[in-house]
Amino acid sequence: MKYVFQFCRILLVCLLGEVLANILPLPVPASVYGLVLMLAALKLGILRLDQVKEAGTFLISILPLLFIPAAAGVMELWAELEAMLLPCLIAVIPVTLVVMGVSGRVAQRVRRMLDTGADQND
Amino acid sequence: MTEFLSSSAAWGVVLTIGGFALGTLINRKTGKTWCNPLLLGSIFVILLLSLWEIPYPEYRASASPLSYLLLPATVSLAIPLYEKWELLKTNLAAIFAGIFAGVLTSLGSITVLALLLKLDAAQAASLLPKSVTTAIGMDVAAALGGLPSLAGAVIILTGITGNLTAQWLCKALKITDPLAKGIGIGTASHAIGTAKALEMGQVEGAMSSLAVALAGVVTAFVAPALAKLFL
Repeated sequence: MKYVFQFCRILLVCLLGEVLANILPLPVPASVYGLVLMLAALKLGILRLDQVKEAGTFLISILPLLFIPAAAGVMELWAELEAMLLPCLIAVIPVTLVVMGVSGRVAQRVRRMLDTGADQND
Repeated sequence: MTEFLSSSAAWGVVLTIGGFALGTLINRKTGKTWCNPLLLGSIFVILLLSLWEIPYPEYRASASPLSYLLLPATVSLAIPLYEKWELLKTNLAAIFAGIFAGVLTSLGSITVLALLLKLDAAQAASLLPKSVTTAIGMDVAAALGGLPSLAGAVIILTGITGNLTAQWLCKALKITDPLAKGIGIGTASHAIGTAKALEMGQVEGAMSSLAVALAGVVTAFVAPALAKLFL
């Protein structure tokens, strides 16, 4: 029953996330509110790690499997896909490289600035 | 037959797990990143449904027990984030600066792309969350009026691109700090990129998985503002 209760605690946090998503006027998904609430509950000691850990770790490990039913939905979008081919291609390849480069360079620069107290100029 | 197919809670789940298992098997045998289990599994499901002429909504209904678990699984992403909290605290400024810069670059580039190519709001919303984890990205696309499955496909391909190019890109741009590599990889290419970061080293892997959850949350809050302003 331990895992059932762990699952139930996670579901309770999901429920609060759904409530927030309904109350707050932002188009932020319930899952994100739930994630933030779960982190807050753990940090504030409302939930202990051992009260959610195994069930949560199991759920995360099967995440890729859970995406398949939704991802297979592209089969209904062939018409849409033709128009979207170029934008998708640009979004997937160059944008990803730029994002990785900017994010990595900024993190590196900030860390070096703080480490040495001076800009190493690279 | 149609009625049976949509009301059965078994065959859709079996087909999905079968497709994923086949994808995992091919991935292990070839060791190739582009043979991603999720990508191959989705293709396998699409092929079989087309072959058997089963409409997608019937499959979707039968596989719904799996989709049901998406919400609790996504919320559970907070657990590894909590476990890595100490790591986050030690380099808070560098980590947040990297993630924010990456998220803004991603959302900004997609917004410019959408304006230049005159995409409609639904198309743009499907591309906006392309760098974040599928769990959050599909939800963000849906919340903004996009097509979750298109978002899912673009997100998976983004992850594969990041995974395949990470080592080369870090070298070309002289990103040598393991922390910075991990932040860049996780912010740009979520869990699929993180698989490569884990191969590169422990710090790279930990930082990358940290960046995945944080970039997802930041994107979920910033994307709606951009969508409202420009699209």
